Amino acid sequence: MVIEDEVMISMQAVNKWYGDFHVLKDINLTVNKGERIVVCGPSGSGKSTLIRCLNRLEEHQAGTIKVQGIEINNDLKNIDEIRREVGMVFQHFNLFPHLTILENCTLAPIWVRKTPKAEAEAIAMKYLERVKIPEQAHKYPGQLSGGQQQRVAIARSLCMEPKLMLFDMEPKLMLFDEPTSALDPEMIKEVLDTMVSLAEDGMSMICVTHEMGFARKVANRVIFMDEGQIVEQNEPEEFFQNPQSDRTKLFLSQILGH
Amino acid sequence: MTQHSHDSVFVRTVDAETLPPPQNQSGIRGWLWRNLFYSVMDYSSVGASVRSLAMLFFTVLVSYVGITQLWYLLDFVFLSAVWSDPTGIKREACWTVSQGGTLPDDWHAACWPFVFAKLKFLAYGPYPMDELWRVNVTGLLGLAGIFWLLIEALPFRRLVGVLMLTAYPVIALILLTGGASDANYVNSGAYILVGLALITVGRLGQRGLLGVLASDFASIIGFVGWSLIVYQVLMLIFSVDVGLEPVGTGDWGGLLITLVVAVTGIVVSLPLGVVLALGRRSNMPVARLLCTIFIEFWRGVPLISVLFMASVMIPLFLPEGVNFDKLMRALIGVMLFSAAYMAEVVRGGLQAIDKGQYEAAEAMGLTYWQSMRQIILPQALTHVIPGIVNTFIGLFKDTTLVSIIGLFDLLGAGKSAIADASWSSPVQAISIYLFVAFIFFVFCFGMSRYSIFMENKLSKSRSH
Repeated sequence: MVIEDEVMISMQAVNKWYGDFHVLKDINLTVNKGERIVVCGPSGSGKSTLIRCLNRLEEHQAGTIKVQGIEINNDLKNIDEIRREVGMVFQHFNLFPHLTILENCTLAPIWVRKTPKAEAEAIAMKYLERVKIPEQAHKYPGQLSGGQQQRVAIARSLCMEPKLMLFDMEPKLMLFDEPTSALDPEMIKEVLDTMVSLAEDGMSMICVTHEMGFARKVANRVIFMDEGQIVEQNEPEEFFQNPQSDRTKLFLSQILGH
Repeated sequence: MTQHSHDSVFVRTVDAETLPPPQNQSGIRGWLWRNLFYSVMDYSSVGASVRSLAMLFFTVLVSYVGITQLWYLLDFVFLSAVWSDPTGIKREACWTVSQGGTLPDDWHAACWPFVFAKLKFLAYGPYPMDELWRVNVTGLLGLAGIFWLLIEALPFRRLVGVLMLTAYPVIALILLTGGASDANYVNSGAYILVGLALITVGRLGQRGLLGVLASDFASIIGFVGWSLIVYQVLMLIFSVDVGLEPVGTGDWGGLLITLVVAVTGIVVSLPLGVVLALGRRSNMPVARLLCTIFIEFWRGVPLISVLFMASVMIPLFLPEGVNFDKLMRALIGVMLFSAAYMAEVVRGGLQAIDKGQYEAAEAMGLTYWQSMRQIILPQALTHVIPGIVNTFIGLFKDTTLVSIIGLFDLLGAGKSAIADASWSSPVQAISIYLFVAFIFFVFCFGMSRYSIFMENKLSKSRSH
């Protein structure tokens, strides 16, 4: 359910350059609480850069970005606050190989939230059960399959709860940067199922992906980006059936055609 | 039952058998075959035959040379060597008949009584005989501490680690030098007050109460304050008279000096090197510039000239009458020099860490130091254990250079032992050098083996 009057993300006239290269051009985007957005587009279109600007992994040079009303700028306190509320899942999982699965998940609660160890472990086990791999808690990432590692990565971001209560508030927003692109086909389903279940529980999410089936099933909006700008956005069915822009039509023909 | 899989339509109904490998591929016979006989058994063509014969020739040659040299060494060191001098004739025990002794004219082997007679000198230098117990206690205490840290099963390892880094050097220094150094209480008191003032300024600055003062700068001021206080407290501790006979560092020598220089260098160079490496990779231009200059300067000059400069130049910068201990000068030079080398080794490890690890740590909200300590450094340091231990081993052997500034290390003690005319014989020099080489080998190979042990342990826990 989308809560219309609660704005999760507000991006206004956002521009970013890498040196001389203009990588994000005039991005205007509003995301409400509970919305699920899928961002698609050809390589180099700036999709990953867009979502990485939302937790300051990349810096934007012009325009304003506000996450839950907190503006992203050089103020470190703001950045810390935002990073606590926003979880991120990477294409290459980025689990910490020298720590067990449980330690991977309890790291943030213990060191960022100062949660006591026993409580952090309870939170971690709860989310490992949520992603359906509690029995792997004492293994190392290298011993797990790709699909399992990605699910651990999802659980790890969910563990950064803002409050001490176990039943409240996971991070309000999850960013997914091509979460299934590095997975073998037979493992993609298990990760997508996890993401669908999160969506059904009301998590706001922005997902960069090529999995159009997922977009159809879960997304409120699909955004198409090309060459640094948002070219088209629409509800999934309309987007896939009636693409308006020529560039969108070209892209869809390439990815849906085979 | 075999099924033909080269028809165009095929469905397997019976699983293929799981069989053991062929006889000559496994076990001892397989190993022998693959590693020794394979290269000399192939005579299928002219080219292969030539290759096989050449391999056979070289194998025989190398084996012959290896075995004869090994035999010669064993004979020199053990079988033909003189082991005792019961009648106390000293050098004559190792002379051949034509030189005036009792050994056959073609005898050429080690003279161990000479080495045994010099053992105390090689180990302690001119340290007074009555006070050797102090060196032994320091050594045993150090060994016990290291041993405690290495065995996983023992409790309080963290506490022992902290004590080894803080209390042990103080205790060792007092035991070895005897403490009771001069103390200027007025000076110390003044410095302590200044230190307290700086700490207060630092604290206030960190809480933002001093407005203009940035938080980082305030922490540096506080750090300087703490250092001043710690230094003064240490000076006061060293001035306490515990009734030990003073033994200046000029009376230390041999293995004692080698170990003091090497251990201090090793223990300081790793943390300092890590800080320098992080500084060189930092986003702050000032930190990056300073660390780069430091590293490139100390790497640009040979250790010998560093020791010379430390020995000659440091006294020039000090006020009149302040005498900086010679060993201390060498220690400072060695510490800074090896920290620069270690910094580059660590930097290599930091560069090898996938950028995604840094990003995941950042995205989780970890601070810079938290992510370094929990995520990056454990992985980076594990990657470069071979490089780190390599640097340690090199440092250990580089300590022999302190002889250039008049300090007697193990090798220097060996060289001066050769000057003893009462033991002079043709094999005098080679005996003692063999022994010194053996001691160095024990330490360096020990470090090397420990490195392998650490690598295996860490790779098992990461299961990569």
